[in-house]
Amino acid sequence: MTHRILTAAAFSLVLGGQALAEPKVPVKLPEFKPGQYVHQAPTLEQLEADQSVHPELRKVIKRGYDLFMNTQQLRGENVFNDMNCRSCHLGEGRREWSGPVWPAATTLPDYRGKNWQVNSLEERIAGCFSYSMNGKPPAYGSDTMLALVAYHQWLARKAPVYESNIAGRGFGKVAEPPKKPNYQRGEKVFQENCAICHGADGQGQRGSDGIVQFPPLWGDGAYNWGAGLARVDTIVAFIKHNMPLGQPGKLSDQDAWDVGYFVNAQERPQDPRFEKSAKYTREKYLNFHGRTLYGTTVNGRVLGEHSNTGEKPFLKPDALRARKFD
Amino acid sequence: MPRLKPIIWASAILTLGATAAVSAAGDIERGRQQAAQTCVACHGLDGAGQAAAKFPRLDSLDVGYLTKQLQDLKSGARKNVIMQPFAANLTDQQIADVAAYYAAQTATVASPAATDPALMSLGEKLATRGDWDRHLPACKSCHGPDNQGFGKDFPALAGQHASYIEAQLLAWRNGTRGNDPLNLMLAIAERMTDTDIKAAAAYLAAQPAK
Repeated sequence: MTHRILTAAAFSLVLGGQALAEPKVPVKLPEFKPGQYVHQAPTLEQLEADQSVHPELRKVIKRGYDLFMNTQQLRGENVFNDMNCRSCHLGEGRREWSGPVWPAATTLPDYRGKNWQVNSLEERIAGCFSYSMNGKPPAYGSDTMLALVAYHQWLARKAPVYESNIAGRGFGKVAEPPKKPNYQRGEKVFQENCAICHGADGQGQRGSDGIVQFPPLWGDGAYNWGAGLARVDTIVAFIKHNMPLGQPGKLSDQDAWDVGYFVNAQERPQDPRFEKSAKYTREKYLNFHGRTLYGTTVNGRVLGEHSNTGEKPFLKPDALRARKFD
Repeated sequence: MPRLKPIIWASAILTLGATAAVSAAGDIERGRQQAAQTCVACHGLDGAGQAAAKFPRLDSLDVGYLTKQLQDLKSGARKNVIMQPFAANLTDQQIADVAAYYAAQTATVASPAATDPALMSLGEKLATRGDWDRHLPACKSCHGPDNQGFGKDFPALAGQHASYIEAQLLAWRNGTRGNDPLNLMLAIAERMTDTDIKAAAAYLAAQPAK
């Protein structure tokens, strides 16, 4: 006992200072691979201080930032659920492993497997509105779209164009777990780690003023079946590297897979690309839905076999259209 | 395509079954009488606390939050040599009553004016935007819009005494307070420098309480 106390005292003396050497809640994130481009996305403070930015441009970028952080201001117009851009892209869209958004500005236009065609930055943003926000994208070339594009491009400041070997891009990957993901185990992980904010029913929480404090994870207020996050491996990586808030890497790989499976085994608004049946749509977009549970049977029900489009009074926004260069 | 048939998400929701522990309902009038005996010397009957002594404001804090803190102080889950004997002498019903009383009081103290602009600016950043390069989410991402508190787990910070906020963040950082759910506060507090803590406390204290 005495020995242990002495050791502890000596230890803290050596370290001195105020900060704890060994954090009790360490941030555990994957290492960047050698040779990867590591980006330092600029901050709002840098924007304010940067005299090379024209005041009009600064206004537009800040408008984009405001839309990114409070996308609910477009509710009923472009957004038909409870999400904000920042709900999934934590840290103002700058943070590695939190779906940093600036790579869209340096890697597009490029071919995307999701819709089998070359996409521009505006189309990529339109995808977020169509799926993750279960909505209708702001018109191409509109003030809203320009502001969002300007914010993305400014975050990408000084990043090499078309560099695709980017450190911390997307949400990362989590190794396949020892045991097949399981709904019941996932529900337990959910109740123990997520329910405090997202609610025992997964429907998130609103303040007395009606403002969404914690977003819902399924149901009408959540991302629809066509959203990137509906892919089990994607939400697993999001959870593992971002949740609970402020505790990246807290959950074991197995827990992250179980809870990701559980969340994405719940119902949500229809995939805007829906045709005929969930099974048919799943097969048609198997490159995407091969990673979701859509059109599969979980707990005796075929997920996505319904005509619910959530709050949105239409299925597919016109912005989602095919291009041909033949 | 018009919305054809609203699907009811009930089947998914029912399987989750929310079960919140329900404790005895507090009585505001009994709580006032109890507070006049037990709490008044330090926290005041209006719940204004004392900034100089780091005694927190209690007025208009969430009833569930107040109840949990008193229960934790009683059980030792939250350690505080001054509060422990007072909390230990309260029954569960008395705790519920006192919590109901202070939750029902409205803010009476004027928030202190801003002082050091650089400190206030850092505090505003931490409180409203966070510093994600250091894995510090904004205070408001849990404590609610304008840090007015959110539910029983995330107490109001706006208008709380800076001395108290500072003392609590330091307590988390040095391990003497640890009754937060899921270590949510510990994770943040231990990444904050002394300056961060002073700045956040100063900014939050200067915000109007609801």
